[in-house]
Amino acid sequence: MSPTSAPGKAPAGGTAGRRAARPGVHRHPLTRFLVRRVATALLLAVGITLVTFVLTNLVPGDPATANLGQRALGDPALVAQWRAEHGLDEPLPKQYLLHLSGVLQGDLGTSQQSHRPVAEDLAEFVPATIELAGAAIVVSLILGVAFGVIAALRRDRLADQVLRVTSLIGISVPTFWLALVAFYIFFFRLQIAPGSGRLDPGMTPPPKVTGLHTVDAVLAGQWDVFASAAGHLALPALVLALYTIGLLTRFTRSAVLEVLGQDYVRAARAKGLPGRTILFRYVLRSALVPIITVAGLAFGSLLSGTVLVEAIFAWPGIGQYAYKSATALDLPAVMGVGLVVGAVYLVINLIVDVLYGVIDPRVRLS
Amino acid sequence: MSRLSRRRRRLPEAWRRPLAVVGGVIALTWLIVAVAAPLLAPYDPLAQELPRLAPPGPDHWFGTDQLGRDIFSRVLYGARVSIPLTLLLVVLSVLIGGLLGACAGYFGRWVDETVMRFADLVFAFPTVILAMVVAAALGASLTNAVLAVLVVAWPSYARVTRGLVMGMREREFVLSGRLLGFSAWRSLRLDVLPNVTGPILVLATLDIGTALLLLSGLSFLGLGAKPPSPEWGAMVSSGVEVFDSWWVATFPGLAILTVVLAFNFLGDTLRDALDPRTARAIKVRAL
Repeated sequence: MSPTSAPGKAPAGGTAGRRAARPGVHRHPLTRFLVRRVATALLLAVGITLVTFVLTNLVPGDPATANLGQRALGDPALVAQWRAEHGLDEPLPKQYLLHLSGVLQGDLGTSQQSHRPVAEDLAEFVPATIELAGAAIVVSLILGVAFGVIAALRRDRLADQVLRVTSLIGISVPTFWLALVAFYIFFFRLQIAPGSGRLDPGMTPPPKVTGLHTVDAVLAGQWDVFASAAGHLALPALVLALYTIGLLTRFTRSAVLEVLGQDYVRAARAKGLPGRTILFRYVLRSALVPIITVAGLAFGSLLSGTVLVEAIFAWPGIGQYAYKSATALDLPAVMGVGLVVGAVYLVINLIVDVLYGVIDPRVRLS
Repeated sequence: MSRLSRRRRRLPEAWRRPLAVVGGVIALTWLIVAVAAPLLAPYDPLAQELPRLAPPGPDHWFGTDQLGRDIFSRVLYGARVSIPLTLLLVVLSVLIGGLLGACAGYFGRWVDETVMRFADLVFAFPTVILAMVVAAALGASLTNAVLAVLVVAWPSYARVTRGLVMGMREREFVLSGRLLGFSAWRSLRLDVLPNVTGPILVLATLDIGTALLLLSGLSFLGLGAKPPSPEWGAMVSSGVEVFDSWWVATFPGLAILTVVLAFNFLGDTLRDALDPRTARAIKVRAL
């Protein structure tokens, strides 16, 4: 098999995977559903490596030019040596296979900028992004679902109208601009927010356990460090969350409205059940199922947002790393970021899919 | 017939809502600005001959930037860069994604598998990450940024169109057309596509905002428009350097916000007016 045909078959493999699952009619539908989902996710993972690889090899500029000094470029032998060191003199399909086997062993290549293994760079930057995106998704879920429920229950009244316009504004604001404006107002003018970065200058990070400064500080009992970390986290997380709050508000509203119109809710009401019981036991329970799916997708927009927000707040996460690598045409680093972010997103959506299938039998039977 | 007349009755009512009126007025204003920028702008958007970093005042409504250019004039000219490109982007996404999705939904089997697996691959990435990787791979320029956004934008149209076409394919009037001897293409064109345009139109209107955000975001990251182009995202980016002169970044950002907001207002109204049932499909993809 030629190296190119292996990745090329990935999409067709999806069909094969599904067909292979079909004869197992005796298996439990849930098992079949899980097998199918995991197989799809694995194929997508291979697809992701292929996409990042193909894209980073479209680069018209020579990465040697971008990464070697003027004097080194004048020496063809040095250039050739540099290219050989980075595997750039091999044919493309072989480069891809080398890359793939490396990825499987946890080797993402060496960054041409930092001269360190990309995996090491990412391991250093990933926790900051997880902390930021995690805080933002928690805030978004709480506020988005609450606002959505309020809007649905107060349909067409003032609260609904106000929330409709606010949530539309939320999804319309350019995140990078909002980050800048928020930083200017809260840091520069009002001096409420601490400056950029994850901790106050001069403060030593807490002993590393999870890599999340807030969590590690609590674990170590360093409350001053926790206060500083939480303070630095608040503004970027809120800025990042605004878009997803708007998104979840809008989605929750329509999901709740749909359930409110169902016969069983009407029946519960006719039975004289108190409004709160109907809301929590009947409405939210089924409305939350589709909301889980959207929350998974919303996490994707948060990961996207980090690239724009981290640049402004000098937040040392993968967003900032991604930007720096892309502009420097640092191929392995760009591939690494694409891979890691793609993989994280894939895993989250797999979990969401599985949850959805476990909760709602209609999904796994379809 | 009844469906058409119902729509006609409903549309004007929906368009009289405040949200629609505000959205329509803002969008129209920006379109006029884009056309008439040379007549409206008091200064040359590229000339670096004014006092540097002058705050907003009677001479310069939006102030001047660090190179001594009038920001008001640059914001007006920016409409000529961003708005046509965004509209072009959305039209191309609708055409490419819609056609591929329609084929996938109508023909099914391997066509469906191939198209949707490619779409899945794009959906496997968060949008900005993929757009950024594509833009970086193609090289930093406005054209390449447009291409990058196109790469991430088409699959949502493919997915929505596919779903709609699949639902439509089995309907009696489509089947009877086929039984009368319509070719697949004719049936798709005459019976199926006219019945799926409503939801796609809504999606496209809401997508104008998303596309502009993405395009200006790429420029902000230095992967789109290059200086001295008065592109709004790039202007916000240049405001980062002169952080304490708030006006440099604020006004171009407000320009992006108002355009996106206007089209989101319009899209929201359009959705209510055309088909409330599709609301969910559209929201899911609007991510």
